[in-house]
Amino acid sequence: MNPAFSVIFLTTLIGAGQGLFLALFAAESSWLGTAPATGAALYVRGDAIALTLLIAGLIASFFHLGHPERAWRAVAMWRTSWLSREVIVLPVFMAMVALHGVCHFSGNVSCVAITGLAAAILCLALFYITAMNYVCIKFLQEWATPLTIVNYTLLGCASGFTLATALAAALEPALAPALARWALNLTLAAAATRIASLLRNARLKPKSSLQSAIGMQNPRIVQKSQGFMGGSFNTREYFHGKTRQLVQSVKWGFLLLAFAIPAWLLATGASGQYAALAFVIQYIGLVAERWFFFAQARHPQNLYYQAAS
Amino acid sequence: MSTTQTVAPDSPSSAVKTTTCYMCACRCGIKVTLRGGEVRYIEGNPEHPLNQGVICAKGASGIMKQYSPARLTQPLRRKAGANRGDAEFEVISWDEALRTIEERLAHLRATDPKKFALFTGRDQMQALTGLFAGQFGTPNYAAHGGFCSVNMAAGMIYTIGGSFWEFGGPDLDRAKLFVMIGTAEDHHSNPLKIAISKFKRSGGKFISINPVRTGYSAIADEWIPIRPGTDGALLLALNAEIVREKLYDEAFLAEYTNGGYLVNDDPNSPQYGLVVANGVTPADNPHRNHSQLWWDAGIEAAVSNHAPGCKPALFGHYTLPDGTPVRPAFALLAERLEPYTPEWAAEITGIPAARIRALAREMGEIARDHKITLPLAWTDSWGRKHDSVTGNPVAFHAMRGLAAHSNGFQTIRALSILMSLLGTIDRPGGFRHKAPYPRGTPPVFARNPVTPDAVKPNTPLAGAPLGFPASPDELFVDDAGNPMRIDKAFSWEYPLAVHGMMHNVIANAWRGDPYKIDTLFIFMANMAWNSSMNTSETRRMLNDKDPDNEGGEYKIPFIIVCDAFESEMTAFADLILPDTTYLERHDVMSMLDRPISEFDGPVDAVRVPILPPKGECRPFQEVIVELASRLKLPAFTNPDGTRKFRDYPDFVVNFQTAPNSGQGYLTGWRGENGDSPMIGIPNPKQWDMYAKNNCVHQHHLPPEITYMRNWNQGYHDWATNVKLRRYGDPIMIQLYAEVLQRFRLAARGHGKRQPPAHLKDRIEKFFDPLPFYYEPLEVSATDKEKYPLAAITQRPMAMYHSWDSQNAWLRQIHTHNYLFLNTKTAQAAGIADGGWLWVESMHGRVRCMARYSEAVEPGTVWTWNAIGKSRGAWHLAEDANESRRGFLLNHLISDELPAGEGRRMSNADPLTGQAGWYDVRVRVYPAGAEEPEESFPQFEAMKPLPGTTKLQRLWQAFAAGEHK
Amino acid sequence: MTQLALVIDLNVCVGCHACVTSCKEWNTSGVAGSLSDANPYGKDPSGTFFNRVQTFEVGEFPNTQTVHFPKSCLHCEDPPCVPVCPTGASYKREADGLVLVDYDKCIGCKYCAWACPYGARELDENQKVMKKCTLCVDRINDTSLADEQRKPACVLACPTNARLYGDINDPESIVSKAIRENGGYQLMPEWETKPANHYLPRRSASAIDNELSRKVEQQRTNPLKPTGAPAKP
Repeated sequence: MNPAFSVIFLTTLIGAGQGLFLALFAAESSWLGTAPATGAALYVRGDAIALTLLIAGLIASFFHLGHPERAWRAVAMWRTSWLSREVIVLPVFMAMVALHGVCHFSGNVSCVAITGLAAAILCLALFYITAMNYVCIKFLQEWATPLTIVNYTLLGCASGFTLATALAAALEPALAPALARWALNLTLAAAATRIASLLRNARLKPKSSLQSAIGMQNPRIVQKSQGFMGGSFNTREYFHGKTRQLVQSVKWGFLLLAFAIPAWLLATGASGQYAALAFVIQYIGLVAERWFFFAQARHPQNLYYQAAS
Repeated sequence: MSTTQTVAPDSPSSAVKTTTCYMCACRCGIKVTLRGGEVRYIEGNPEHPLNQGVICAKGASGIMKQYSPARLTQPLRRKAGANRGDAEFEVISWDEALRTIEERLAHLRATDPKKFALFTGRDQMQALTGLFAGQFGTPNYAAHGGFCSVNMAAGMIYTIGGSFWEFGGPDLDRAKLFVMIGTAEDHHSNPLKIAISKFKRSGGKFISINPVRTGYSAIADEWIPIRPGTDGALLLALNAEIVREKLYDEAFLAEYTNGGYLVNDDPNSPQYGLVVANGVTPADNPHRNHSQLWWDAGIEAAVSNHAPGCKPALFGHYTLPDGTPVRPAFALLAERLEPYTPEWAAEITGIPAARIRALAREMGEIARDHKITLPLAWTDSWGRKHDSVTGNPVAFHAMRGLAAHSNGFQTIRALSILMSLLGTIDRPGGFRHKAPYPRGTPPVFARNPVTPDAVKPNTPLAGAPLGFPASPDELFVDDAGNPMRIDKAFSWEYPLAVHGMMHNVIANAWRGDPYKIDTLFIFMANMAWNSSMNTSETRRMLNDKDPDNEGGEYKIPFIIVCDAFESEMTAFADLILPDTTYLERHDVMSMLDRPISEFDGPVDAVRVPILPPKGECRPFQEVIVELASRLKLPAFTNPDGTRKFRDYPDFVVNFQTAPNSGQGYLTGWRGENGDSPMIGIPNPKQWDMYAKNNCVHQHHLPPEITYMRNWNQGYHDWATNVKLRRYGDPIMIQLYAEVLQRFRLAARGHGKRQPPAHLKDRIEKFFDPLPFYYEPLEVSATDKEKYPLAAITQRPMAMYHSWDSQNAWLRQIHTHNYLFLNTKTAQAAGIADGGWLWVESMHGRVRCMARYSEAVEPGTVWTWNAIGKSRGAWHLAEDANESRRGFLLNHLISDELPAGEGRRMSNADPLTGQAGWYDVRVRVYPAGAEEPEESFPQFEAMKPLPGTTKLQRLWQAFAAGEHK
Repeated sequence: MTQLALVIDLNVCVGCHACVTSCKEWNTSGVAGSLSDANPYGKDPSGTFFNRVQTFEVGEFPNTQTVHFPKSCLHCEDPPCVPVCPTGASYKREADGLVLVDYDKCIGCKYCAWACPYGARELDENQKVMKKCTLCVDRINDTSLADEQRKPACVLACPTNARLYGDINDPESIVSKAIRENGGYQLMPEWETKPANHYLPRRSASAIDNELSRKVEQQRTNPLKPTGAPAKP
C-alpha cells in the first residue's frame, strides 16, 4: 500500500490521545500503584491535551476524504462497517473525554468516575475498532491478525503513557515515576508484539499469486501490460514506489525511535524533559511505524499492475 | 464538474444517425448518438454487414477524435521568412488558399503537368484522386499502397486474380484449418476478429506463423515463430512437401490453373519460357489469349486447353509438331521446388524441419480428407455444367509481415501457389473473392501511360496514372528506358509498382531525379515522420533550399498538405488545408475503388455528415472537386465550359465512368427511382437512400455464382453485365507467371523494349516466373555478424498508425513504446527489463526502453508502430511520453539500399517497389547510466498551429451535451 | 435470485481494447459519468476507466502463450467492498446482484477499494468519488432500448464476442452454460468473494479429427492448463 499520511496521523494521534486518557484514568483509579493525584490540574490539562490529539487526528482524517463535507454520512453503516463504527465511537469518546475533564474541573467525584469509566470503555473499544478496520481486510495478510489489535492498543498506550509521564512530571511529580514505569513496560510490551508481528509478516506466504489472479497454473507468468501506461488510481494507491532499502531503514528507524530510545529515556529517569523527549521521539517513531505498517502490506490487486508496455 | 449526470442518456434531445467509421481503414457501420449537438455515443451498427454491430477500441473512441485539440480549423500559409519545419503559419482564407493553388496548378498544367505530384495517405478515395490526377494530366499520382502492402495485392492478383482484405479473404465459416502468416492486427479488423472467434468456437484449428505472438496470434492454437523475411523459404518448402507427398488437388490444378499449359522449353527461342498458344490474341484484349495448349497423354498430342475429354499432363517433356520442346508449367514448378526441402527451410526460418513437414501434411490431409461439397449447380467458362461446388477447408491469411520485405512479391507468389495447390481458391472453406475481384492476372481495368508523350500540356492522360503492366511494353519509360514517373514506378527499376512508390517521392523530388517537380500535394500522409524511412534525412530534404534558385526557394518548391490534425508533416507545408473528420463529411467506399464487399456479393458504403464541419474545415474531396472545376478539367466541366458538379455529393451521384455507362461511384439505388442496383442512370436521391439504409448497399448474388468465380460463367456474365469486368474470360491461376518471363526475356535481349544494361541482371534474377527465395536485399547488404537482429513493428489494435496519439482515451493505452526483446537476447546483451538501450542499424541508432518478452523469437526485436512522436506534434505537450520516451523505428531504416555500383535503389522489392520496412538488421546494447532517460533522437519542439485548440487542461471529463 | 455477470472467454479475446473504450465512451456521458482524465494531452495521461485489458505472457519461448486479460468489477456475490463502506454508498443490488456506488453518498474514503482484492475500483481523482463498472446499469435497465441493446456497452462492442452477459443463477442462461461447458472459473477463489464474473480458459481445437494434428498437439507442451490441473514442472 502507498501510506497515506492522513491515516498515519489519524491513527497515531488518536492512539496517543487514547493512551494519554487511559493513563489519566489509571492514575485517578489508583491503578498505578501510587496514590492518585492530589489536584485536578493533571486531569483537566491531560484531558484537554488528549482531546487536542483526538481532534488533530480527526482533522487529519478529513484530508483522507474526497468529500469531507459528506463525512457525516459515514455513521450510517455501523452494522457492517468498522469504519462507520469508528466514525461513531471516536466523537462519542471525545465527548466523554471532554466531559471527564469538565467533571474534574468541577470536582464532581461521581461524575468523574462515571465519565472516566465510560470513556475508558470507549477508549478500548476505539482501539479495537480502529484496528479492526485493518484486520478485517483478510487478503491484506500483513494486517489480518489479532496482533494488529494488540499493536494498535499497546502502541497507543505506550505513547499516551509516555506523554502522561511528561505531563505528570510537570504537574504531579509524585505520579511521574509510576507512570514512567508503566510507559516503559508498555513500550517494551508494544515492542515485543510489534516485533512479533514483524516476524510473523516476514514469514507470510501470500495466498494470492499471478496464477490465482488470472486462473492459470503455469509457474512462469509475467505481466507485460497492465492496460495503460500513464498510471492510474490502482498504481498510485497501492504502490509506495520506495526502494527496499528505504523501507528497511524505516523499519529499523521505527524500532529505534518508537521503542529503543524512548525505553532508554524512560528507564533513565522520570524527569519531565526526558519524558517529553521520549514522547516526541516515540511519536516520530510511531509515524514511521505506521508508514511501515501500510508500506509493508502487499495488496493482491498489485498482481494485476506490474508492468506497462 | 458535477459528479452526477444531470442529462438523461437518451433524453428527447438525442438523435441517432448512421454512417461509416473511419478510425481505421476497416470501414465498419456505426450508429452515432447525438445529445445537445455533441456526440454522445458511437456504437457498431448491428444492421451493417461488415461489423454486425461490433466496434473496436478506435471506433469507440471517435468522440475524442472529433473533439481533439489537435484539429486544424483554418487554412494556413507558411509565414514569409519562416523555414519549413518551424511550424510558423498565418491564417488565410479559403478563397486565397484555393486561388493560390489554382494559379499554380493552372500554370503547371499549361506547361508541364508532371511537375504537379499528388500523393495521398490513409484515404480510400483513389477513384476520385486518381481521376483528378489523370484529368490534370500528371502521371505523378499514387496513394500509399507502395509503402503499405502492394506486394500482397500484386503478388496475389498476378497469381490468382484477387487478394486479401477488401478483395478477398479466408472463408472461416467453413474452414477447418486456418493458417495466418505475417499478420498481427489487420486492416480487415473487425470482420476478421468476428470470423476468427466463430472459427475457434466451432472447433477449427488456428495456426499463426509470426516472429511475434501478439494480436490474433495470441489465440492461435499453435504459434510457429519464424525469422522475419524468411516466410518465402517456409512457403516454398511447404509447396515442395505438398508436391512430394502428392497432397495437391490434381483435378483442380489441371482444370483451373495454368499447370497443364505447355511452356516453350527451347532456351534459344525468343519465346523461351512463354506459354505456347496456337490462337490469335484478340485485338480488344491484348492480355488474353486463351488458346494455350495442353498435352493429352491419351492421344500423345498437344491439344487446346480444356479440350473435351482431355486431362492435361502435368509432368513430362514433350515436343510439338514444329519441333518445339515443351513442358507443362506444373512440371517446371515441381522441378523448381525440389531443392526446397524442410531441412533447407529449417536453416533459414528457424522452424524445425519436422514441424515444416508435419505442417505440410496437416494442410494437405485436411484439404484432402475434409472436403466440403455444396449442392450448387454452376457452369464453367468452357460450358461444362457442374452440379456441386467442392471445397478443401484450409484457409490462409497474410498481410504486411510477408509483404513488407524486398522478397515479398515472390514470397506471396509462393503463398498463392500453396493455396492453389491445396485447391482452395474461391472455394468453400478456402480463399474467397470479393467484388470487384476476381479480375485478370493481371487486370486490365486501369492502364498506366507507357510513353513520355502521354503527358501533354492541358491534356488528360489517356488512361489512368496507375495500371498493371503485363509486359515491358506497358512500362512507363522513355526510349532510353529511363523512368518517367517521379517515384520511378513502372520503370525498369520497379516494373510492377502497381500502387506507385510514395516512399520515393520526396527523395527523388529533392534530387530532381528523374526530373524536378514544382508542387507536391500530400493528403493525410505523415511523410515527415512515421510514413517515411530515414525520417531525419527526409525532414532535411523537405527543408532543403535550392542554391540555384534566387529567393531561397526550396528544392521541392511548393508543398501543400491537407490533413485534419497537426501531424509532423503539417510543419513542413507551405500551405495547409484543414480537412474534416469522418463525422463531418460525405465519403464513398466505391466499387470503382476499394469497396467493402462480402464473399457473396458487392457491398459499398458511404459516409454522411453527422455534424457540421468544425471551424473552416472543408472535406478534401470538396477541395478536389473545386480545384478540378476551377481548372476546368474535362470530366468536371460541361461542354460549354461551365462547372459540371456543384459539389462532391453532386459529383458522386452524377458522375458516370463513360457517357451513359450507368456505372458510377455508388452501386446502390441507381436508376431514376433507385430501383436499379449496380448499374443505372444517376438517381438524384441516391444519398438519401443510402442514409436511410445504414449508409450501406449490399447486393447478394445467387449462391451458385459466388464460388469458383475465376471460371464461373454465370458470374462472368453477371460481372461483365454490371461492368465489374470488361471481359468474361476465365481467370487462370498463374502457377507459372508468364508475365514475369516476358520481362526476363527482355533482359535477355528480346523484344522492342529492353532494360538498361545496369538493370539487366536485376530483371533476369528477380523476374523469375517460378517462385524462389532470396534473402531480402537490405539483409544481404548488411554485416550480419555486426547487426544480428531483425527489427520489426507490429500494429497495435488500439491505435491506427500515428493517428491516435491526439486521442485522449487511446493514448492512455499506448502512451509510449518499448522495444520488445526475447528475454535471453536481452540478458545476453546486458539489457535490463525496463532499462534504456540503444538499437543501432548501419543507418542510425535510437535510444529506447526495453521490455523482455517470451513471445518473440530470439533473433527479432520489435515495437508497436508509430507510437513515438516528434516533440509538440499532434498538439501534445512538449513533455508528453510519446516524444520523450516513445521512439520511431524508422530512424534505423534506410529509404535506399546501400549503394552498389554507385546507383541508388530504393529499399524496396525489385518487382513491385514495395517498401522493405521489415528488412532492417540491428544490434542492441545498454544505454550508459550517465545518459539521459529520454528517447533519441529528439527534435526541436513543434509549435501549436494557429486554429488548433490552445487550452491544455489538467483535467478533462467529457459528457456530451454539457458543453453548451 | 438473479445475479447478472460477465463471462469472459480468454479463448477468443485478442486484446483489442474495444471493451475498454466502448465502456469509457458510454459511461462518460451516462449515469456513471463523466469520467475524468488527468493530463489528457500531457505527460503521463491517466484516467478513470471501468475496464482494462491486460497482457500476460505464460510459459517460456517457444512454448509461450500471450494472454489478453480483460478485467473489470467482478460483481462478487459476497463483495468485500460493500460491508466496509461507512456510508452505504457501495451496495449490492438485491434485484440483480449488481455491485454499485451511489456517488452522492460516497465520501471518497477509498476504503472499499482497499477492500477489493482485484483492484476493480478506481477513484475518480478529479471528482473524488469511487467509481467502478456498473454493467452499464443505465443500458440494461432502460426499457426504451430494444432487448438486444439492453446489454453492457463492452458486450455489444466486443468483436470476438469474448464477453458473454447474463444471469449466472439461471442454469439455462448463456453464461451458465458457458461456465458449465467450458470450465469457467473465478479469480482468486482463495478469498471466497464468489465473483459473479467468470473466465473461460483457453481450449484446444476439436473439429479436426486428424491423427497428425493430434500428434502435433501432443508434442507441444501446453503452457495454459487451467486452474485445477497443475502443470508438471
